[in-house]
Formats: sequence, C-alpha cells, structure tokens
Amino acid sequence: MDVVTSVKPLYAILISLVTVALVLVRPKRPALREIYTVVSALVTFAIVLSMLPWILQGGILKYHLITVLPGLDIALRVDALGMVFALTASFLWLVTSFYTIGYMRSHYPENYAGRLVDRFFAFFLIAMASAIGTAFAGNLFTLYIFYEILTLCTYPLVAYDKTPEALYGAQKYLVHLLGTSLLFLLPAMFLTYYYTGTLDFSTSGILAGNAPDSVLVITFILFIAGIAKAALMPFHAWLPAAMVAPTPVSALLHAVAVVKAGVFTIIRVVLFIFGVDLLKDLNLGYYLAYFAAFTIIVASLIALRQDNLKRRLAYSTISQLSYTILGVALLTSSGIIGSVLHLVIHAFGKITLFFAAGAIYVVTGKTEISQMNGIGKKMPFTMAAFTIGALSMISIPPAAGFLSKWYLTMGAVEADQLALVAVLAISSLLNAAYFLPIVYRAFLKPAVGNGERIKIKEAPVFMVGALMITAIAVLCLFFTPSVFLDLARMIVAAM
Amino acid sequence: MTEHLPVLVIIIPLVLALIAPVAGRLNRIYSWAIALLATLFSFVGSVLLLYQVMYSGAISYWMGGWEPPWGIEYVIDYFSGFVLVIVSFLAVAVTIFARKSVADEIDEKKIPAFYGVYLLFIVGLMGMIVTGDIFNLYVFLEISSLTGYALVAMGKRRKAPLAGFRYLVIGTVGATFILLGIGYLYIATGTLNMADLGARLPGLFNSKLVITAFAFFAIGFSIKIALFPLHTWLPDAYTYAPSAVSALMASTGTKVGAYSFIRIIFTVFGVQVFLNQWVSVPYFFLIIASVAMLVGSILAIAQTNIKKMLAYSSVSQIGYIILGVALMNPIGLQGGLLHIFNHALMKCALFMSVGCIAYKTGITNIADLKGLGFKKPYSMVAFTAGALSMIGIPLTVGFVSKWYLAMGSLENGMWYLIPVIVISSVLMLVYFWRVIDNIFFKAGDAVKMPATPASMLIPTVVVAALCLVFGTLAFIPVNITGKAVLLLLG
Repeated sequence: MDVVTSVKPLYAILISLVTVALVLVRPKRPALREIYTVVSALVTFAIVLSMLPWILQGGILKYHLITVLPGLDIALRVDALGMVFALTASFLWLVTSFYTIGYMRSHYPENYAGRLVDRFFAFFLIAMASAIGTAFAGNLFTLYIFYEILTLCTYPLVAYDKTPEALYGAQKYLVHLLGTSLLFLLPAMFLTYYYTGTLDFSTSGILAGNAPDSVLVITFILFIAGIAKAALMPFHAWLPAAMVAPTPVSALLHAVAVVKAGVFTIIRVVLFIFGVDLLKDLNLGYYLAYFAAFTIIVASLIALRQDNLKRRLAYSTISQLSYTILGVALLTSSGIIGSVLHLVIHAFGKITLFFAAGAIYVVTGKTEISQMNGIGKKMPFTMAAFTIGALSMISIPPAAGFLSKWYLTMGAVEADQLALVAVLAISSLLNAAYFLPIVYRAFLKPAVGNGERIKIKEAPVFMVGALMITAIAVLCLFFTPSVFLDLARMIVAAM
Repeated sequence: MTEHLPVLVIIIPLVLALIAPVAGRLNRIYSWAIALLATLFSFVGSVLLLYQVMYSGAISYWMGGWEPPWGIEYVIDYFSGFVLVIVSFLAVAVTIFARKSVADEIDEKKIPAFYGVYLLFIVGLMGMIVTGDIFNLYVFLEISSLTGYALVAMGKRRKAPLAGFRYLVIGTVGATFILLGIGYLYIATGTLNMADLGARLPGLFNSKLVITAFAFFAIGFSIKIALFPLHTWLPDAYTYAPSAVSALMASTGTKVGAYSFIRIIFTVFGVQVFLNQWVSVPYFFLIIASVAMLVGSILAIAQTNIKKMLAYSSVSQIGYIILGVALMNPIGLQGGLLHIFNHALMKCALFMSVGCIAYKTGITNIADLKGLGFKKPYSMVAFTAGALSMIGIPLTVGFVSKWYLAMGSLENGMWYLIPVIVISSVLMLVYFWRVIDNIFFKAGDAVKMPATPASMLIPTVVVAALCLVFGTLAFIPVNITGKAVLLLLG
C-alpha cells in the first residue's frame, strides 16, 4: 500500500472554512454568498474527486498537521472508507447548496438579505468542513474533534427558527449528542489510549492483545453508546427532535452529514480500532447486530405512526442507519460491503425524500401526510423523485437500495444469522407500509374540496433541479455502482 | 541586575503599590498607570526568569546574601517560574481590563486606594510563589489575604462588605491553621527553609507534632483554596466583588493557594510519605476532590446569578486540581498542574466577559443575558470560548487537563474516577449551555446596550483566545509542567 503525504485533504476541509469568512464579511449582495457557497462546494468536490484515482489504485494519502499532546496528533488520512464518505458528502453538498439557495429564498423572503441567513450559510459551511474532516480524520482523536465540532455547529442550525419548539428540539439535540460523547465516547478514548498508547487507525485494529477482555467489552459498549450520531436506540431521540430545523439542514445534515458521521465513526471503530478478528473472538459483533436489528424494526414501527412527513422520514433514517451498523457488525465481507454501500445509497435516497418534503412545504405549506392527498398531480416532478427515493428505501429495483440490501442479506447469510435475514425482510415490508401510502395518497387520491382542475405548481427550479438530480443518482447507482463497490471491496480486502 | 530579578519582581510592585495611592491624588489615572507598569514589569521579569530556568536551571536567590537555611531563600524553578508567568500575565490582562471596569464599579474617591491594595494583593501572590521559606510564605499569604478581603469589600453592591467580612473571618481561621502548622514544623525540626525541611522531615513522620502540622496545613490550605466543604466564603466573595477583582481572584488567588499547598505536600513533606506511611491521606483527598467536582457543579446549576454560577464552578474546578495532586503519580499530578494554568485562563476569560456585560448595566442575572449575543458579540463569543473550554471540548485547554487527569486515574487503576470526571463535564455542559442558550438563541428586550470599551474587550478576547491556543498547542504548557512534575516527585 502506497502512502503519500499530500496536503489535498487539508484543502478539502479548509475551502469551506475560508468561505465561512467570506460569507461572514457581509457580502454587499446576498447573491454573492450564494456564489461563494456554490463555488466552495464545487471546489471541495473537485478536490475530493482528484484524490479518487490514487485511492482506487490502492494508495493512501496522509497529512500530519500538529501534535497537540505527545501521542495525540491532528492528522489526516485518506483511505477507501474515508473516500466513500467524503465523495458522498461533498457531492450531495454541492447539490444541496443549490437546493438551500432555493429554499432559503422562498421560505425566508423577508429577511433573506439579513445577517441571520449569512450565519445560516456560515454554520452550514462549518458543518460540511467537519463532515469532510470526519471522513479524512487520520486517527480517533482527529475524528473526535471533528465529531464534536459537527455537533456544536449544527446546533444553531437546528435552533434557527428560534421558536420555543426549535429551542427545545435543539437542546434535546445537544444534550443527546454532546452528553453521550462526553459520558461514553471520551472515556472509551481514555481507555483505548491508556491500553494501547495510540489512537491511530490500523486495518487490523489496535486493541487486540493490549487489554483484558473485560476492558475490551466495556470499551466497546462505551464506544457504541457514545456515538449517538448513529442514532442507535435508545440514543435516537435527538434525530426526530432535530427535524424542527429548516429542511436543507434536515436533508443534508440529518440524513447525510451528521448521521453518516455517526455510522462512519462506528465503522471506523469496529474495523480500525477493534478489528474484525478481535470482535469475532469476543463475540461482540452479534450483540451489536441484534441491537441494530432491534432499532431497525422498532424505528420502522414508530415511523408507521407518524403523520408529520419529516418525522416519519427521521424515524426511517434511524431504522436505515442501523442497516449500516448491522452490516458491519456481521463482520463478514459481504456485510461490510453492504454496510459501506448502504451508507452511500441511503444518503442519496433519503436526501431526495427530504428535498421533496421541503419542496412540498415551500409550495403548499403542508407538513402532515394526511394533508397530502393529490399532491402528486400538483407537483409531479417532486413526487416522482419522492417515489424513487421511497423505492430505494424499500429496496425495490431499479432503485439502488436493492443493491445494498442484497449485500446486507448476503452478509447475514454468510454469518449464518437467518434471524437477521428475516429482520431485513420484515423491515422492507415495514418500509413499504409507511412509504407506499404516501405515494398512493399523492398520486391516486383526489385532493379534498373543490373539483377544479389542479394546476401544476412546482417549487423553484433550484429545488426541483436538486431533487431530480439526486433521484436520478439513485437510479444510476443501481446500474453503475462500480466506484463505490470498488472502494467497499478495497476496504474488505485491506482487512 | 538580572541576578536580583527574583526579588525585583516582588519589590518593585511592592514599592509601586505604596506610590500608587499617593500618585492617585494628583490624577486618578496615575494610580492605574502605576499598577499597569508594576504588573507589566513583573510579567516581563517572570518571563525572563522562566527563560533563565529553561536554559540554565533553577535559580536560588539568597535574600541579603544570607545563606539558607538561615536566610530567606527565593526559588525559581520550573514550577514556580511557570506559575509566576501565569499569575503575572493574568495580572497584566486584568489590570488593562480594570481601568474602565473599576471606574464604573467603584466609588471614584476609592480608586487610588483600590489600586494600591490591588497591587499589594498581586505582590502577596507573587511572593507566595517565589519564596522558598515557609514563614515567608505565611507573610505573603497574609498580605494577599488581607488585601483580598479589602478588595472584595469594595464592591458596589450592599452585600459586598458582608461578603468581604465573611471571607475575612473564614480566611483568618485558615491562615491561623497554617501558622500553627508552620510553628509545629519549626518545633519539630528547627528550620523554616522548605528544602531544608524536606531533608529533615523524613524520619519524623511518626511524630505526632509533624502529623498535626500536616493536618493543620491541610485544613488551612483547604480553606484558602476553597476546597469543598470549606468553600463557603468563595461564592459570595466572587459574586459581590468588583468584576476586575473577581476575574483576578478567581484566576490567580485560589491557584496560588493550590500552588503553595502542592509545594508543602511535595517539597516539604515529600511524596514518599504519602505513598508509604500516610497512605489514607491521598485517598481522603481523592474523595473530597470528587465530591467537590460534583457538588460544585450541581450547585452551579442552581444559580441564577452568573457570577455566582462561575464561583460555584470554581469550587468544582479546585476539585480537579486536588484530584490530580492526590493521585500522587506523575501523569495525574501533571493534570493537576496543567489545570492550574488552564483553569486560570478559562475563569479569567469568563469573569472578564461577564464584566464586559456588567459594564454600565450592572447585569449579572442569567435571565437578563437574553439576546446579548448579537448586541455584544465579542465578549459573548469570548464567554462561549471559555465555556467550551470548561466543558472540555477538544482543542480547548479544558480537554488537556481532563485527558491527563483521566490517564492519571487509570494509571492508579482508579477507573471509577473517570465517571466522576465525565459526569462533572456533563454538568458543566448543562449550566453553561443554559447561559449560551440565553445569550444567542433567546430574544431579549430591544434595550440598547452601552458599548464596551476596547480596553476591556481586548484583554477578554485575548485571554479567551489563549484558551484555544493552548488547547491546540498544548505541548507548550505540557513540556513545562512535565519538568515541574519531575522536580516535585524527585
């Protein structure tokens, strides 16, 4: 494996931070901050993309920034797993930046030129920088830094509307995320460092043979409990609470950046801190898998009962995140591949669904599913995209969700866990049960009230364009998943 | 002249302290200018001294040329040099801050006297740091205590004199215990020099006199550093003192007390006795420290006055320092020493930013902070930086001390201290976030706030920024404290 020092990953993070400064130095015209944001998203994506060929060849990029304390370094490292997350996040960030512009313009027209929206963009950019930073973190300490910054800088975004409800949601958000990371993740790091003297990632894990079994078990539990961003039950309540945020935040951060940072961290810890062999020896993988299975089913059951569209999507996210955890917890090659693929595919699918929810809200002001009869006739493009996203969640071809589900099921079979295969199947049914009625309502139920002909009225072109792109991407990923599949295979091969 | 620097950093501020009130008669600004001059001189001197220690080893200065143990000895080593730089730096920052803040909060006529007393307080602290003589330590301790009582009592609120008086009564009891401890040690050994005591005491540890002496030191210093449950003087004193005094006392006063206590423990008594003979003493302090960390934080949650909240937070932070000391191993002790530095920076930033808000408005209630984040962005961002440090977010100084304390606990096999450390962090998250929520996310009245003078804002922002700088470049204080630990543990 070729390891090369490169400053590129640092640039990928810094671009957004530089843009923060530009946005905060009050641009004369609001359009300017839009241009800054889009350009910075584009540049970030280009930098990430430029690193891809090297990674696909099996290379690794690293960059050492600073040694904070002896043994605690801030260092960046680009490998296949980090690349998967960074590619997904930076591409979707590019799409979302357009969507955000459309959403903020039409939803906050009166104070769009104001300071508040400047800050919105600024915190959004910091969140993206931290998401990329999480992906490229070279050791657990660096990962932890970006993980915490991500929590802190999304807090103002959740509290953005400053209604009592928004403030309450934001507090719940912070207490869950920062509370668990202080209470559990930090001690887990203490233990890891104390017993190994390092927090670097290693493909074979660093803990094996360094600590007594009891400590390993406790450390594992602390890690899993501490990474609440993955929304594993019972630490999931922050995610529905965070839905009070403006929709672009829910779409990119609470379906992609924040929650994926959570499952990404879990994958990192499972594969690179503990290592597959150690977890197999300790038999811990299965406990985690069954825990995830519990979350998959229960979150879906709760989702069934939600009438608020964003809340239903949030519970669906909780359930889908646990797919990723389940996959990696199986500790088999197909399971890991499925897990990594699902990290990507769910991101594309769920962001489409959230984009659609935001578009509906902006155009009609409707947030409840029961109000959405006939909405498909009014907003055909939006709802078509929604349908594709929903199919991906249920995992019906030609939506890409089928692919990751396939690998996950294979993984469960490889691990000889037929109960988990059943869980995956039941979950698909449950997904169908809570997504298809929405599609049915939208297209087949007549709108209540007057019998006039419904005129097509779509959201602004920036928003519809964005959700069309992600919907098409969901289809494309089904037919040509090769890049992500190759990266996932490389992760497994390196184990 | 440089060979006399150890004494000059004390003497010059001492002389200027006497001149300041007189000069203030001509023009009030003179007394402030003299205070600034004195603290600046001490700061530069301290930096030079630390530099000298780093390049040519510890300095032993013999007062009047009298050889210790007969004469008084001043010792500048990695530990005292380090604390000296912290205290003198924060004294400079607070003095710059004080000009407008004090003019606003203290009766005009008292200002010249204030700066005289203020300088004496700093002199007392600096003297406690440099001295290698245990009786001289007591003298400086009394200087800083007496002036401390006066400074607290100068607050504008009606309760300030009462708080000062309460501090005086409790503080005097503490000082008396320390004096008795010194007396007993003198009876037992016939010497007052710390290093000499350190050499003579081993062998006397079964003597009831020496045991009693240590017990008296422990009680006396616990009062001075406000270690739970002897902290009762502190909340009112910090709350009702003028902003500048709160900032200075919270960041340096208790820290120097802790410094002296650490000196007594490690230089005079030595670590061996606690590891071999008096083994229950460290355990006792570990329990006390853990309780302080939790109870201080819980009491902080209950406060509605922000200065009182910060004061109770100090009670819990003292627990951190004592926890590190009581672990009695190099990593834990390093955590304790680092926390002296880290907490000084954080609390100074926090109290100064609160002082910026109180300037001309008198606001100290947490509920009145609503919406101030956008009216006073700089001081409130500084507050947030201090608050995040207290919670222990990585890349802030708070994280560094927590890291070492946790590693020190694991080193002793005391895994059960880790929950104490992290639960205390979460409690801090609770009470600080309540404030941050008010500041940035709740709408306040549309009252216009008076502008904060740059002379208050700049030191506040600089000290707050240092919380992040030394959280990121943590290896700088870590290197120095690492050497201090070697020195203390022999």
